[in-house]
Amino acid sequence: MQTTRLAAASVAALGLLLATGCTTDTPADTPDEETSAESGDEWFVQAEYDEQLAQRDIEPEGDPETPWLQAIEPEWIDTTEYAREGGDATVCFSNASISNPWRVTGWITMQEQVAVLKEAGDIGEFRHSDAGDDDDQQISDIQAFIDSGDCDALLISPSTTATLTPAVEAACDSGVPVIVFDRGVNTDCAVTFIHPIGGYAYGADAAEFLVDNLEPGSKVLALRILPGVDVLEHRWAAAQEIFGDSELEVLGDEFTGGDAAEIKDIVTQYLQRGEVDGIWMDAGDGAVAAIEAFEDAGKPYPVMAGEDELSFMRKWEETGMTAIAPVYSNFQWRTPVLAATMILAGEQVPSEWVLPQDPITEAELADYLERNVDMPSLHYAKFGGEDLPGFPESWTDR
Amino acid sequence: MTRLRALAGRLTNPTGTVFILLALILAGIFVKNADFFAGPSLMAFLKQAAPLVILAAGQYFVIVSGNFDLSVGALVGAQVVIAARLIDGEESRTLPVLAVMLFFGLAVGLVNGLITTALKVQSFITTLGMLLVLYGAIRLWTGGAPTGSLSEAFRTPGRLGIEGVPILGQLPWALLIMLALGAGAIVLMRTRFGRILMASGDNDRAAALSGARVDTVRTAAFVLSGLSATVAGVLIGGFAGVSAQVGEGLEFTVITAVVLGGVVLGGGRGTVIAAMAGALAIEALFTLFNQLALPATLRPTVQGAIIIAAVAYAARQRTRPAATPATVTPS
Repeated sequence: MQTTRLAAASVAALGLLLATGCTTDTPADTPDEETSAESGDEWFVQAEYDEQLAQRDIEPEGDPETPWLQAIEPEWIDTTEYAREGGDATVCFSNASISNPWRVTGWITMQEQVAVLKEAGDIGEFRHSDAGDDDDQQISDIQAFIDSGDCDALLISPSTTATLTPAVEAACDSGVPVIVFDRGVNTDCAVTFIHPIGGYAYGADAAEFLVDNLEPGSKVLALRILPGVDVLEHRWAAAQEIFGDSELEVLGDEFTGGDAAEIKDIVTQYLQRGEVDGIWMDAGDGAVAAIEAFEDAGKPYPVMAGEDELSFMRKWEETGMTAIAPVYSNFQWRTPVLAATMILAGEQVPSEWVLPQDPITEAELADYLERNVDMPSLHYAKFGGEDLPGFPESWTDR
Repeated sequence: MTRLRALAGRLTNPTGTVFILLALILAGIFVKNADFFAGPSLMAFLKQAAPLVILAAGQYFVIVSGNFDLSVGALVGAQVVIAARLIDGEESRTLPVLAVMLFFGLAVGLVNGLITTALKVQSFITTLGMLLVLYGAIRLWTGGAPTGSLSEAFRTPGRLGIEGVPILGQLPWALLIMLALGAGAIVLMRTRFGRILMASGDNDRAAALSGARVDTVRTAAFVLSGLSATVAGVLIGGFAGVSAQVGEGLEFTVITAVVLGGVVLGGGRGTVIAAMAGALAIEALFTLFNQLALPATLRPTVQGAIIIAAVAYAARQRTRPAATPATVTPS
């Protein structure tokens, strides 16, 4: 009797434990990504890798003062079929989530850009929905926007690639101009797809810096957030390609979930096993914890690739370490609303709008820290909102 | 011969097993990398393990009284985020904010306890709900991701220690806090409160009939768990700083630790020192994985296997006396 009860209790408990495990462990923070889906466990596509690495060296069209309006090798398309008289358009936005600091920063910038366009009379109403990283929720959000019939343009930042594709296609079929940005979908039915160069370029920027700044034979530890997210995988695939051709030794690649405590724990353990000369990260979350692990172990600072998150950049300046901040351009959040007004005015837009994606080097560090001096630590230096009227309060009082 | 059998009995009971396991894991680490046992690296290990040990003590009180607390991971995360937002880099706010955190931890524990005891909601539903409430509320409050930063003073207990100690190098504050709270937990279990807590988990009706205030001690156990999550939050935040993912999945790790310590889910069995040893064993096991160059992704799988194995093992232990009805004791 007692045993039965115990067993029943255990089973129930385990079920719930697993359920909670899922609730909290689900990658709520699959960051910020551009996408091209391929199935199978091979994440490396040579053609895309070559294309992205080449795009880094192409001068983008447009004014460098407004990088969110620049485009790399744009193929301009006609949008007169969507031209609309009279301004005060209703623009709708289906957001995947605001579940990480990168997305929060971008979302604030987007709202400030919308405020400017409302002031100018281009946008009358801006509606948005937040799917909380839930594919099903986002599919129904998009459907609700279509069904309402009120949207003059629909912006979509997809949660995942394959699952959201039919929803985006349905939106296109409704006749509303659709603008996809950040992560992609498996259809080109949208008027424009806006994204920075991409994951291969990001991973390569970071890996090349380590190769250039470390002696041959040096040991590198790779810290990754989680597996299976295409652009994070692309970042790592590019790094593997570059490390493979170098004299560097990769000690290991560890998944950290972006948790600072986990990162510090893992780096500390590697330092107990031996020397670590360089750190490669697929995203800057928790980069400071990795640096502190070296401090607390009394080891010299590694050569490091973080991200343009301010906590890392401030630590970089404070310590004077050799580092680089690869960038996944946060200012891309301004582009979709601007693109919407362009399309509704019948102006040409690029069919695939590739934004510049330049890493921040030591030479630019002081400049970017100065520009972002009042910003909180979990803010991204290349957020591109300095000229918006809400600057800086809207970003500092988040 | 009888002595041998008694010894064997003690070692095979789940409480003793964890110490053997811990010794085996440490021996494994020693074979792989003897440098691990040099003072500074051992201290680094204990500093990083301290929060889990303290959480395990808090979780023990709840489990031994017959409940669960699944909200601790979310509470740790909430506390770190609250601290970062309220302190916002100002040294002078450290102490007031610590007071706010203690109050918040106490309040969460109290709410968990009252809902479970007064409203008779199953504790894993109560605390699962609390987990989601905290998770959502914090994201609502911060707009999705944490803001602000911790002060140096706040980070001291989790990150620093007494410098220049011979052999050890640095004696971490986290280790001293862990030892003090651990000793406190052991003493507490020897008081009347501890015995009532144990009795409540073993057989709450019998305990109630004999005059014990079962609901009161169970509520107190949740409050202790909330407070332990607060201390763990201070140490984890201090150790590594603020990030959006702090505390995620900790409830799972800590319950694995407690179960590994031979504490029976459902209550009434197990000692707090074994629960804390279970936490050390988990941390040591992860260290061993790293020394063996196994990927960290293996951890959740191993945790799951440990929970199932430990519960099955404990269930087998419990079945035995029941097979000989003459010796059935009211345990």
